[in-house]
Amino acid sequence: MKRRHLLATAALGLSLAFGGAALAQDKTKACFVYVGPIGDLGWSYQHHQGALAVQKEYGDKVEVTWQESVPEGADAERVLTQMALGGCDIIFTTSFGYMDATNAVAKKFPNVKFEHATGFKRESPNVATYNARFYEGRAVQGTIAGLMTKSNKIGYIGSFPIPEVIMGINSYYLHAKKVNPNVELSVVWAMTWFDPAKEADAAKAMIEQGVDVIASHTDSTAPLAEAEKSGGKVIGFGQASDMAEYKPSPRVTSIIDNWAPYYVKRVGQVLDGTWDQTDTWAGIKEGEVEIGEITDAVPAEVKAAAEKVRDDIAAGTYHPFTGPINKQDGSPWLAEGQTAPDGDLLGMNFYVEGIKGDIPK
Amino acid sequence: MLKLEKRPSPSVFWSRATPVLAVALTMVAGSAMFALLGKNPVEAIRTIFWDPLFGEFAWYLRGQLLVKAGPLILIAVGLSLGFRAGIWNIGAEGQYIMGAIIGAAVGLAVFPTENRLIFPLMVVAGAFGGWAWAMIPALLKTRFNTNEILVSLMLVYVAQTILAMASTGFLRNPEGAGFPGSRNFSSYPAAANPELIAGSGLHWGGVAALATVVAAYVLLQRHLFGFQVKLSGQAPRAARFAGVKPERLVLACMGIAGALAGVAGLFEVTGPAGQISIDFNVGYGFTAIIVAFLGRLNPVGILFAGLLMALTYIGGEMASTNLGLPSAAIQAFQGMLLFFLLACDILTNYRIVPAAKEAR
Repeated sequence: MKRRHLLATAALGLSLAFGGAALAQDKTKACFVYVGPIGDLGWSYQHHQGALAVQKEYGDKVEVTWQESVPEGADAERVLTQMALGGCDIIFTTSFGYMDATNAVAKKFPNVKFEHATGFKRESPNVATYNARFYEGRAVQGTIAGLMTKSNKIGYIGSFPIPEVIMGINSYYLHAKKVNPNVELSVVWAMTWFDPAKEADAAKAMIEQGVDVIASHTDSTAPLAEAEKSGGKVIGFGQASDMAEYKPSPRVTSIIDNWAPYYVKRVGQVLDGTWDQTDTWAGIKEGEVEIGEITDAVPAEVKAAAEKVRDDIAAGTYHPFTGPINKQDGSPWLAEGQTAPDGDLLGMNFYVEGIKGDIPK
Repeated sequence: MLKLEKRPSPSVFWSRATPVLAVALTMVAGSAMFALLGKNPVEAIRTIFWDPLFGEFAWYLRGQLLVKAGPLILIAVGLSLGFRAGIWNIGAEGQYIMGAIIGAAVGLAVFPTENRLIFPLMVVAGAFGGWAWAMIPALLKTRFNTNEILVSLMLVYVAQTILAMASTGFLRNPEGAGFPGSRNFSSYPAAANPELIAGSGLHWGGVAALATVVAAYVLLQRHLFGFQVKLSGQAPRAARFAGVKPERLVLACMGIAGALAGVAGLFEVTGPAGQISIDFNVGYGFTAIIVAFLGRLNPVGILFAGLLMALTYIGGEMASTNLGLPSAAIQAFQGMLLFFLLACDILTNYRIVPAAKEAR
């Protein structure tokens, strides 16, 4: 027993010393961990599109592997360790919940690069983080929602009450309110990233309350499928991917996560040895957040208003969080003309003034 | 043609042989599925069953087998007692969650005190949490004759909601910048459940699982309670004549299963998982039902069944990354295992005879 243990320790030591390189092949290996199935047509699907773009860009030079539906927790740590042992040179962990696992495994494999999506911990120099400014897309959606709603009730299916999601809700609400002061927002927390049944239930409940524009921060097409049943009365948005099969209505536009440019760039940096630790937060301007086609189901002037918001953000002349904005309790957050610092957004744990209800505590 | 004929008494041989047969049939049917997906079936089966044990990284993966099998065995042994007696606790997942929450809460309440008694206290609290959650369906059954299958299952969803509340509210890490999830126990030594031997994967949960297997074996073989459990399942009327009180049996079986699920949750949250988070539970409580049946409701059988199930998880993950198999194919593979096991079970109680023998 003791001897075997010694051997194991030695093997671990070796692999630590050489990292993935000890087992490396000629090809650079890029690995991806997905929280949902790649067939979710949303979040994980889009990450996988990015992975496929990497393969296409570098062809024979890069081997791409992935694992889907990896739970966020103890299992993630094992999957990451297996990948690092298996010779991955760069590992993309594409969900917030992989944060601790990514950092824990990264410490053991200093020569393997880790890229964690939407997180904020970079505990060792081989961990980089990246995210997209989805709230910019929410500003476009909010504008459409405010102009399109007939009942003045709009809805948002939240996943988990993390800053990422809360800033999306705030941006959506602020821009709806801007074009329609009577608008009321209801938020339903699904407490999941991907659960078509739960998402459909949330959409159903909101539609019954008279909500006629639904945005969602979960990954499946179920909310759109529910909206479709209303026969054109309820509209929604493609989330994470275009969800074009619900065009022209209920899906009137979409936020498309385009990870391909970032993935291609980062794997390229591993290939030529220039990879270093970064924290990237790109948006509409960089093409990481794309606004899907705005369909003819919305009137031309609504489309024009939405496109103006999009173009102003892209041009850098408009920030979706520009003061004056108060917090829900009435206390001031941003003064007139002030734009939100990134730090405030990344730690956002409050609703803006006018949103009813509480963030789950 | 063939027909089935009921055996006068269940076959001892087939009750031992069916799990092996089921695994073999799963391999055959799984190979067919992998081949249809365009993968080399031999390579896929080897990756799932051989590589984690004897492959290149077996030194790491063998330990991970224990990590994965530990909670499955703990929960399945508890469930098997009830299943033997005809008491169907389907809500171990909820009891697992509540054990983790209550146990973790005790540890977090005294953070950052360092005292050797903290961890044992947390284990007791974890057992209590699972036990108390199992008492709800148990008492409802004994008092109002409700169906324990439905009540225990529904309570899983209640427990998940409480888990979400805990990780975004009352157990949230005050230094976590508003993000959901409790403090990580790996940075709180008095409450942590680390690997006992580095690299072995063995933590207190694994030790507890082994101890539970031995204890359950002795209980069933040598103790009056074990006899009562077995008798109630086989001959409920006879059991009543033998002085078994059905209410007490329900409370005891549900309580033991709940407490074991609770400690499994506590060991997991303080060890491999590290923290209370919204998606802390990954279905051990449900998978343990399969493990209990795969192990023929026998403690030693459950030990092997738990390890086998862990093997399909870990090997399945490897097959998924190395061979590009979709994760749904791995789940279907695990489903086949249960299906074949239940299908083969028929051989225990029936024998196949040629239909020609039958008088027409």
